[in-house]
Amino acid sequence: MKTEVDLVDVAGGNLGSVRRCLDRLAVPYNLVNPSNPPDGTRPIILPGVGNFGAVMENLQKDGFDRLVKNLVAGGTPYLGICVGMQILFDWGEESDSAGLGLLSGKVVKFTQGKIPQIGWNRIECADAQQTTSKPWPAGYVYFVNSYVAQPDNSQDILYVADYFGNFCAAVRRGNICAFQFHPEKSGPFGQTLLTRWLESVSVGGANNLKKSDEDGRVARLSGGGKC
Amino acid sequence: MLTKRIIPCLDVRDGRTVKGVNFTNLRDMGCPVELGLMYESQGADELMFLDITASVEGRAAMLEFVERVADTLSIPFTVGGGVSSRENVTDLLNAGADKVSMNTAAVNRPELINEVSTQFGSQCCVVAIDARKKDTGDGWEVLIKGGRETTGLDALAWAEECAKRGAGEILLTSWNRDGMQNGFDLEMVKAFSESLPIPVIASGGAANPESFVEVFQKAGADAALAASIFHDKLYSIADVKEAVKSAGISVRD
Repeated sequence: MKTEVDLVDVAGGNLGSVRRCLDRLAVPYNLVNPSNPPDGTRPIILPGVGNFGAVMENLQKDGFDRLVKNLVAGGTPYLGICVGMQILFDWGEESDSAGLGLLSGKVVKFTQGKIPQIGWNRIECADAQQTTSKPWPAGYVYFVNSYVAQPDNSQDILYVADYFGNFCAAVRRGNICAFQFHPEKSGPFGQTLLTRWLESVSVGGANNLKKSDEDGRVARLSGGGKC
Repeated sequence: MLTKRIIPCLDVRDGRTVKGVNFTNLRDMGCPVELGLMYESQGADELMFLDITASVEGRAAMLEFVERVADTLSIPFTVGGGVSSRENVTDLLNAGADKVSMNTAAVNRPELINEVSTQFGSQCCVVAIDARKKDTGDGWEVLIKGGRETTGLDALAWAEECAKRGAGEILLTSWNRDGMQNGFDLEMVKAFSESLPIPVIASGGAANPESFVEVFQKAGADAALAASIFHDKLYSIADVKEAVKSAGISVRD
């Protein structure tokens, strides 16, 4: 049986397409929000599109942002999509406001090319994150973004892509994983990536996470942790 | 590197796909959901569904149709045609459309663009512009109501205003070329691609894979949209991608 996930439904936008994609993958999900909060026993998926500040504002209702942050800091697997990735960082230029600060770095506007970047771009796994046993495959995924994350720790970068220069297309650090692109709109390859993540956080994968915790490789809150 | 997008466009009326020549003389082309799925499997990068239903009943059917498409496809799709208000946009996005394309309504009330982009983000806000060469030969003018009405608006100035108001993309249709299958309007697409800070989808006139090569290479389009050449099975998406790729242009394989 596939691992059940908690899907955050307060950040708007692409929730519907993520739900449909999970349906296609036959992954059971539970919608979580301030009135039905996650308890940390299931991996959390936080999709989001639109404005960084607006997404943060929606999350802040009833302290939901702190709840999610504490669970993720405590080891609950997290997958952020699009703005769900951006809000992991300390600060976003779009609204000049703070993110969750689970990863150290900022989110800034593209400085070249048409903005937003819209369309399919090729992503490749960063050398530091590639594994031979279960590789993160390269391929084309669908992007719609004007802003990109700049992690302070380059080893957090999972995937890179090129839009008038290399940019961070995905991050992974311990139990935290996030895609700037839309796996739910990226055809079969996008579903492969979602499955790849789901496998890494399923029961066997969670044990692996614990092992890496003992190795000291699981997420350490950057900047001393502010939660 | 960001790839150039190939976008089949399906005109939908009462749940069927139709395609017009110069916006009239509609021919029936088959079930749009099936066609959409076939194009996705052929490698289409996105799909565009243009609702040409006029009736109120047709509107409700369109929302059900959009839900079926969203359930079925795993690539992005845009819905346009007759979008007249923020409520229309909200309904279509809620039904599962990734983007909504606005045309006449945006010309009549440009604030609609600001409202949609502020509420839902620029990423879902496409402004479609039907443009025709001015009689003076100097630039292009905006047509509305499916090409039936001239506005006197300069199309490039209007596109620039749309971008400022928060549009994420411009879908630029050449009224002179639409349905004619004699190639995209390279001069017009080039002028828009070079001036606008947002992506331009070229539309109208695709005749063969070479048309796509030209519009990317010579006119700098970010994406190109076509209907007849795909629906008539003159060429597949794969044929077009192969030609574009062999010309050294980056496409998703």
